[in-house]
Amino acid sequence: MTDRTTSPDDAGREPEAQAEAGTEARSDAEPEAGQPIVQLRGAGKAYGNVRALHGVDLSVHPGQVTCVLGDNGAGKSTLIKIISGLHQHTEGEFLIDGEAVQLSTPREALDKGIATVYQDLATVPLMPVWRNFFLGSEMTKSPWPVRRLDIAAMKQTADTELRAMGIVLDDLDQPIGTLSGGQRQSVAIARAVYFGARVLILDEPTAALGVKQSGVVLKYIAAARDRGLGVIFITHNPHHAYMVGDHFSVLRLGTMELSASRADVTLEELTNHMAGGAELAALKHELAQVRGVDVAGLPEEHDLQAPLAASKGKS
Amino acid sequence: MTQATAPAASSSPPASPAAPKDGRTSERSLARRLAARPEIGALIAAIAVYIFFFVVASPFREASSLANVLYEASVMGIMALPVALLMIGGEFDLSAGVAVTTAALTASMWSFQLSMNVWTGVIVALVVSLAIGAFNGYMLVRTGLPSFLITLGSFLILQGANLAITKLFTGNVATDSISDMDGFDQAKSIFASEIGIGGVDVKITVFYWLILAAAATWLLLRTKFGNWIFATGGSQESARAVGVPVTFTKIALFMGVGAGAWFVGMHILFSFNTVQSGEGVGNEFLYIIAAVIGGCLLTGGYGSAIGAVIGAFIFGMVSQGIVYANWNPDWFKAFLGVMLLLAALVNLWVRRQATRR
Repeated sequence: MTDRTTSPDDAGREPEAQAEAGTEARSDAEPEAGQPIVQLRGAGKAYGNVRALHGVDLSVHPGQVTCVLGDNGAGKSTLIKIISGLHQHTEGEFLIDGEAVQLSTPREALDKGIATVYQDLATVPLMPVWRNFFLGSEMTKSPWPVRRLDIAAMKQTADTELRAMGIVLDDLDQPIGTLSGGQRQSVAIARAVYFGARVLILDEPTAALGVKQSGVVLKYIAAARDRGLGVIFITHNPHHAYMVGDHFSVLRLGTMELSASRADVTLEELTNHMAGGAELAALKHELAQVRGVDVAGLPEEHDLQAPLAASKGKS
Repeated sequence: MTQATAPAASSSPPASPAAPKDGRTSERSLARRLAARPEIGALIAAIAVYIFFFVVASPFREASSLANVLYEASVMGIMALPVALLMIGGEFDLSAGVAVTTAALTASMWSFQLSMNVWTGVIVALVVSLAIGAFNGYMLVRTGLPSFLITLGSFLILQGANLAITKLFTGNVATDSISDMDGFDQAKSIFASEIGIGGVDVKITVFYWLILAAAATWLLLRTKFGNWIFATGGSQESARAVGVPVTFTKIALFMGVGAGAWFVGMHILFSFNTVQSGEGVGNEFLYIIAAVIGGCLLTGGYGSAIGAVIGAFIFGMVSQGIVYANWNPDWFKAFLGVMLLLAALVNLWVRRQATRR
């Protein structure tokens, strides 16, 4: 059982393990690994009288992947909207490089090196692929009166970057709306990585992808981490998260249910938290009454207390 | 324990199509790529309309008639250009028609009432026109209301103010003639003169129109701002999320319409010396029609400046052609309506073709 869960993990981390040979138990050193680029302290967000997010602590360090897990409606999207500048937090603190900030536009976040790949991809369907790739950060040439888009350079760069992502398009002039979801995802990630982000926020990048394309995206996350980027990886798939993550935060109904380093949590525990394990455990006895429901695999409630308590004591 | 992981694993969504390979999409044929251009439908229509009137109306064939058609098209086309850009940016402006009259009235009355050089009136009118555009844009981005409501409001404000203020100062519905004032001849030579080409007098607005069309095309396709216009109209939220200054883009586009209104207003003022304060009502729809016939999507994100030029040219041909053919001019609006519906259908078809995989 343990073999089954650790083997994909090891495979996923192999190149990075070689790169950082010798730095054993790097997860343990996480809180001391320099200043976090992005830090949230007790941050929250209320829409009118609806509290979508409350008391969230999160730090993103360079060269590490911070996974944020949670079911639908847990507040994952609200969290990244705060960090990416689309919404403002209404409580707690949001620090970038140790300074408290209140971002009012995504442009500000981008200027501070925070790039986001959104769930809905933030592409303009009727515009060509290359225009989408450079949207908001267009390349220009020549001085002002005749300053114009450097179309050749943009097409060339977009093509190179997309090929690096394993996406080969015949015609960069086709509207991006004609691409498949996976292709659009790749364009969006390649775009964020290309524009020199220090922090890359990925909002469920693997949610709409097949197994193989998910692997490509995970490889890209690992590559971004090895280039020293801090990655915030939003997902509801604990398997994907555990392959690349250094730190795991599980959101539940707008609050932090679990915040644990890789060393402190196993895939099982993560999965149980994600799958609503705590609630399932409480329901276990009821479910046991129903014929046909196999409850043997469900954890008991006390199994789930340990990592949460450990992480609370730690932070 | 392995069973416990199963629900989570199955919560990952179903697989999407496998990763694409090079050369999977076949090269689109030249005809289809051509058909994907926004203005192609309008171009075909323009040729058809030209041939039609060439056949049925013999005076239409003369060079001077073409100059008239071009003049008619240019006065509307100069306004259709910024309106088309605005429409590509996802909004439209119902106050554009009366804003032209407002600009002309402002310049005329400022110069006449204060007995100043007409150029001061021209400058003041420019400031007022840009301010109207900025007001529309600012209200739109601040409130998030549809541009239909905001500009319908400013349309009514301007229509009423045009009449009321003119009556207040002149006691009449028209302004006094400014033809004998300082700087009039100079301004007339800039805004309303004629240039002879091969024995045919062509109004100067035709040249401005074509120059502005080239500038607008360059702006749309070759500059950052053009990229932002397409993005703002195509998907405002996405554009904002990747750092496009959507607010700036929209306000700038409305101010562009203001600048166009100023220019056409100056042309009308220096052509006729006086301005009728009730004019301009209904023209805003002609501008929008020209842009739509030219392939601009009413919902934004798609279109071209060349298309708006062709749309305005069709307008000019129809309005003059009906006269040359000795038909009842009342048919003009009916003809325009048919053109608009046809254009909308062609646009729909073209867009489906263009985005078809």
